[in-house]
Amino acid sequence: MSTGDVMRELLHIFFVFARIGALTFGGGYSMLPLMRRELTIKLGWLADEDVINYFAVAQCLPGVIAINTSMLVGYRRRKLPGLLAAGLGMALPSIIIILIIAGFITGFMETEAVGHAFNGIRAAVLALILNTAVKMWATGVKDIFGVIIFAASLGAFVCLAVSPAVPVICGIISGIIIKERSNRKGQQ
Amino acid sequence: MIFITLIYEFFKTGLFAIGGGYATIPYLQAMAEKYPWFTNETLMDMIAISESTPGPIGINMATYAGWAAAGIPGGIAATLALITPSALITFFAAKALAKFSENRHVAAALYGMRPAVTALIIWACADFAFATVIRNPLFTETQRLMDLFNGETTVKLKGLAVFAAAFFILRKWERLHPAGIIAAAAVAGIVLKL
Repeated sequence: MSTGDVMRELLHIFFVFARIGALTFGGGYSMLPLMRRELTIKLGWLADEDVINYFAVAQCLPGVIAINTSMLVGYRRRKLPGLLAAGLGMALPSIIIILIIAGFITGFMETEAVGHAFNGIRAAVLALILNTAVKMWATGVKDIFGVIIFAASLGAFVCLAVSPAVPVICGIISGIIIKERSNRKGQQ
Repeated sequence: MIFITLIYEFFKTGLFAIGGGYATIPYLQAMAEKYPWFTNETLMDMIAISESTPGPIGINMATYAGWAAAGIPGGIAATLALITPSALITFFAAKALAKFSENRHVAAALYGMRPAVTALIIWACADFAFATVIRNPLFTETQRLMDLFNGETTVKLKGLAVFAAAFFILRKWERLHPAGIIAAAAVAGIVLKL
């Protein structure tokens, strides 16, 4: 492949992910159907189970799931340059849209009615986040070990004021230890 | 130098926030406490706007928070700082993915990680509740759990009503888009003069 072809493919990767980024609201799981349609059906870059696998891996890695997924796919296409093209493509629409909106909204907030509107919005945001937490509990806390990890994380975060990273990393390590032990028991 | 601090904070967030966009909220709350860039209330507005605009929530919030701290260059710097650790780690993970893809360790890691992230997000809710439906000036000031009982706590009934209605609707109609709820709550806020 000539340098021109490589550049063209990197640009293609960049714009595929910029389009996905511009067309999805929300991120995370709300992005999964569109990614699947674009990457599997339209482009044939991935098999259906690859999308799910990449998503699972992306969730265990630090950072934003959508960005991680796109970078894993970009790497598979064109190694490190592909990874960067995919990640930057995914982030670009957000950066442009938010930077345009941010200045606009803040000037707007001085108005009395907009102030009231945002007080209402904050109450709804609280409901959205609580709803996310409830859903995460339903899908993520599966047994007594889950409840223990939850309680220990909350306790450490609230009472000891540790960084949020501490409970998450301890949770991952505990998860691997618990599963390994139960696997070994299963084999005996 | 605000840019060095900004890049450092968002790099740290990108490195340690595992579990997606919402997992960055505890880090952003910590920034709201530590720096004069934005408040807990502004952070909630950022979440609402990030939910209602295209793009991954975590990226939208980082751009917005960076903008609040240092304008347009701040927004770009914060976003790039957030994704840099991901890029490095994803690079190595992608190399190891052949071994990874049997998925056993990934499943085990998720199994242990999810309860921990749930706990962090529950506490983020408690923190935000003090910016919206509950007031306790002493606790907001000190962030010490004991001051919850020492300070004077008042409940904002109208805010609580909007919150309860929004939560009920979200539970009842799961496929409703968050932007719909946010728009409805904005109207409720104007009508009730929240």
